[in-house]
Amino acid sequence: MKLPRFSRKTLCIPYAVFLIFFVIIPMLVILVYAFTDRSMHFSFGNFVKFFSDPTKLSTIAYSIVIALITTAACLLIAYPVAYILARSKMKKKYVVLMLFVLPMWINFVLRVNAIRELFNWIGLLGETNYFNTVFGMVYDFLPFMILPLYTTLMKIDPALYEASADLGGNGFTAFTRVTLPLSLPGVMSGVTMVFLPSMTNYVVSDMLGNSMVTIIGKFIYEYFGTDWHMGSMVALILLIVVFVSTWLTGGFSSEENVRGANL
Amino acid sequence: MKKQIAIKCLKVGFVGLVLLLLYTPILLLAVYSFISTDIIGTTGQFSFEHYAKLFGDPAILGMIGNTLLLAFLAALLSTILGTLGALGMFYCKKRSKALLHGASQIPVINAEIVTALSLAITFVAVGIGKSYFTMLIGHMVICTPFVVLSVMPKLKQMDNSLYEAALDLGASPFKALMKVVLPQIIPGVLSGFMLAVTLSLDDYIVTVYTRPNGFETISTYVFNATMRGNAHTAETLSSFWALTTIIFIVIVLFVVLSNLPAMRKKEENQ
Repeated sequence: MKLPRFSRKTLCIPYAVFLIFFVIIPMLVILVYAFTDRSMHFSFGNFVKFFSDPTKLSTIAYSIVIALITTAACLLIAYPVAYILARSKMKKKYVVLMLFVLPMWINFVLRVNAIRELFNWIGLLGETNYFNTVFGMVYDFLPFMILPLYTTLMKIDPALYEASADLGGNGFTAFTRVTLPLSLPGVMSGVTMVFLPSMTNYVVSDMLGNSMVTIIGKFIYEYFGTDWHMGSMVALILLIVVFVSTWLTGGFSSEENVRGANL
Repeated sequence: MKKQIAIKCLKVGFVGLVLLLLYTPILLLAVYSFISTDIIGTTGQFSFEHYAKLFGDPAILGMIGNTLLLAFLAALLSTILGTLGALGMFYCKKRSKALLHGASQIPVINAEIVTALSLAITFVAVGIGKSYFTMLIGHMVICTPFVVLSVMPKLKQMDNSLYEAALDLGASPFKALMKVVLPQIIPGVLSGFMLAVTLSLDDYIVTVYTRPNGFETISTYVFNATMRGNAHTAETLSSFWALTTIIFIVIVLFVVLSNLPAMRKKEENQ
């Protein structure tokens, strides 16, 4: 047997090199900066400073609360929508689903600007900063919740509902015993798709919250101008939170391409 | 029977209400983009003045061109890199495959701002000034993993024996790859490309951290114009109404046209 002239494995070398240089090394750089001071000596100073500043901690608590409310609101709106669409016998329901995804393709900042103009018109801009921020985030991240929910709900075999009815379960039982448990993976992936950006995407909180709402992402932005080491520490903490929560929800194994649901 | 009708009304009403909320801001801008006023809520006459302003402002036209070119370049390079990466990964041994896949997932699950900050600090730390190149790299970092994710499922569905058949029939591995494997994964490659385009067009955070001085995209330009009020703001803002409307119409046309053949086919089948 003669050796093949080229192995198909070698095709991944460019991407592997790219990942090492522009993903792995930058993560290590963040790690180094987080644990050094301005003269690049090893130090826990940033870590201590971060966790001993009450104003910072309260802002982070606020940020987490905003993200929780946003995620809950998205779930409460998206679940019924996805459920109604998935169970609907309408012939052209993909058109309705498309209507939910369509606004997502308008530039993100232009979309937030449209909400800003609406709030400005009805007099909410600069008045209800926290409400505006949450509304804007729910508006922008809603499709990320609807799509995974719809996908998992569609996968449920209708025979299961019939079985549940045959065995004497009413509609409510069917929902709590069949639909809800089987749709949990969709809930999980929707929650992770919404929770993280609503803690870090400061475009919405700046444009709609009149710059009065500070979220964790804004911290990093502010430190980028003044103190990289502190900024890296905040980024590192965020990174650890993300990895731990992804690991806990089993997200590493799922290859579901939520954003890629190009219908 | 009455109860069923009531439930149906409730369902349609709920979905309709959410859709109404989703479209109100966009339709508001679309309506006002044709009215000669700079303040929403006031009256004016039907006019194209906001469109005239949009197309008469070289700064705005420039940043639109920047955005489109950057998205095209980033998507093209990401698609090439990601498709090759997915192909290579697919044939790798289990351990290196898992390792590569894990690294590739980092930008997907990471907060965009962490990716952006890590890149910006790395570029400065190794002495590379911010340039078009660094920004392009930044966009590729967020786009390529999604290309890989779109191509991978197609590779898994592929019939592997076809490639071997091609080799047995005397094709070189490269030729077999181009003539046998590529046609089977091309839908995934194309949707990866489209996804990369939309991710790049939408990006604000990575652009801000990696762009060269003075470079503006739609995202950065609109953000700055709304946040830093200056003398021209009211006028600039109303030209964004026109821009939003144009983008919305383009998207609707694109979706309708790209789905029309599929819809016709479906109807014929029924």
